[in-house]
Amino acid sequence: MIASSFLRADVLVVGGGMAAAWAAIGAARQGVSVIVIDKGAMGTSGVTATGGPGHWWVPPDRAAREAAIARQMDKAQGLAERAWMERILDLTWRHLPEIAPFYPFGSNGAGGPYVQGVRGPEYMRALRKLAIAHGVTILDHHPAIELLRDEDGRIAGVHAVALASGDVIEIRSGATILATGGCAFRSGLIGSHTQTGDGYLMAAEAGASLSGMEFSISYSLSPAWASTRTLPYFAARFFDEAGRELDIPPPDAGHSHLQALGRAMLEGPVLADLSDAPPVLEGLLRRIQPLTAAAFDRRGIDLFRQRFAVRLYGEGTIRGTGGIRIVDRDCRTEVPGLFAAGDAATRELVAGASSGGGAVNSAWALSSGLIAGEAAAGEAIIGRQRPAAVRGLGRAGFHPRRGTRAIDRAGAISTVRDRVLSYDRAFWRTRETLESAGHDLESVWTEVADHASGEGRDLVELREIAAMAATARWCNAAALARDETRGLAVRADRPDKDGALGHRLLARGLSQVEVIAEAPVQPREPQPVAA
Amino acid sequence: MIAAIVEARCTGCNACVGACPTRVLEPAAKVPLIARLDACQTCYLCELACEADAIWVAPGEDDATAPAEPVLLASGQLGQVRRDHGWNAPLDGGQLDDYRLLGPLLREGSEIAARRYAAGRTSEAR
Repeated sequence: MIASSFLRADVLVVGGGMAAAWAAIGAARQGVSVIVIDKGAMGTSGVTATGGPGHWWVPPDRAAREAAIARQMDKAQGLAERAWMERILDLTWRHLPEIAPFYPFGSNGAGGPYVQGVRGPEYMRALRKLAIAHGVTILDHHPAIELLRDEDGRIAGVHAVALASGDVIEIRSGATILATGGCAFRSGLIGSHTQTGDGYLMAAEAGASLSGMEFSISYSLSPAWASTRTLPYFAARFFDEAGRELDIPPPDAGHSHLQALGRAMLEGPVLADLSDAPPVLEGLLRRIQPLTAAAFDRRGIDLFRQRFAVRLYGEGTIRGTGGIRIVDRDCRTEVPGLFAAGDAATRELVAGASSGGGAVNSAWALSSGLIAGEAAAGEAIIGRQRPAAVRGLGRAGFHPRRGTRAIDRAGAISTVRDRVLSYDRAFWRTRETLESAGHDLESVWTEVADHASGEGRDLVELREIAAMAATARWCNAAALARDETRGLAVRADRPDKDGALGHRLLARGLSQVEVIAEAPVQPREPQPVAA
Repeated sequence: MIAAIVEARCTGCNACVGACPTRVLEPAAKVPLIARLDACQTCYLCELACEADAIWVAPGEDDATAPAEPVLLASGQLGQVRRDHGWNAPLDGGQLDDYRLLGPLLREGSEIAARRYAAGRTSEAR
């Protein structure tokens, strides 16, 4: 791959959401040079920018934190770590207020600022400004397409495509942080179009494992015509087209709520009725979630008085918990020189088998970003004299295993999305359905790996498809291996928890996917580069 | 999907081009070109970036049809999400003073649904 321009930074952050921003800020505060490259634009990229993250927020009171951690450990069902919870509570409490110079904190109703919940567009605008104020260089619209490895076996940067020109740019770094977000398989979930698992694919090509990919059954309700935030829908009643009320367990019921909605949606249109919503919501929705109000205003629908069609939008590993395996307290991956943060990383360390969604996930994104940024800066300083020769690690889309030919891109995306997200498959996972999905996903992967080849923007698109297919294979294989029901990983044919499966599962490999039980965490020594 | 950039208002600043997270837009001679509509995720963030209130996003994720320009200009919808956000208000403008109610309202909604469901179960059992 021939690059037309070259840049160098001590720390390179790949991604543009909240974890990427905090990682860049964390690194820059150590006095090193930092470049952020993002597929989208830092400030509008990713699911935080369209969202409204609440953060796990507990004052530094010993008893209060102990109680919060005890509740979270219980939800995590044996797969999380208390020490990580303590750290993210502490880091979030201390650092979130630092956005104040750029963020319009509202009132807490008691004379102070309300800090723990922030509105997405304003939050990401503030984080971009804070990163720039710390001297971070931001390259928007530059998707990374492959990692580079030097002769010592360390990750030494990336190749990226400048979307404006289609040119390839090479960025060399002392340490690299993947903060590329999760994967929603192009479900239409608001803010998730760019979330195609790109970082998972790049990390796996470098030899990293994925952990917790089976914890990926998560959906959010929205109007059938577009995904929005979900505040107005929590008290909804549901009806079929004939006006018969449907028997839907409440949102708190979790999986059975999804199953009941999914079953009804497979039979026909489902209409939501918000007449039971908290009465003050109507006057406040526009003040809290203006974009949600716009989705109805512009269709001429009074959402509190008229029924409207809804569907469930898959959230994949965004509200699921899986991601790149973290091997130490500095957010290192198994690959020398490579760190992971936010949804790109596994959130089992703090969420375990439960959803990382919402407060804990946001606290994780902020904290893992800061931790990875600071550690990457330290590593970059130590290793400023790196070998000059590097090798690109990208396979699918770069080097087809067989002859190059056009692949059916829409068909590939549609198959992947269906096998992972369709309601019948996701809400009633069984060995049989997972094995059949696995077979179809292998076919998609084989087609992409054997034949896809492109350059510039075209290559970016092929890499996205490869990343979604690879992510789907890991999710599916992990769901098969977790032969039980635990937290978000619900198996219709294995309704109980299995005491022998109280450990994390690692999915790895591209040509061949394998799932293994996690061994004790030990960072690997740098590996020599294969010839 | 992004459905209209009102030429009479667009200043050609290209802020929307830079802000779009999926690079739907490309700079052009006057009004930015909607070059990759299929990548639009209906996130409205280009509207927030548009100081001239010239952009209108259609509410459907697969629908880019817009009303005629005079209708749009009279609708009050151009710039509406920026005004609702208080996007250009000073940081102490109080635009997020109700934001703390999001969590409590969400929980209240959940509880309403849970109570209604439990009551339905009880009346069925009788």
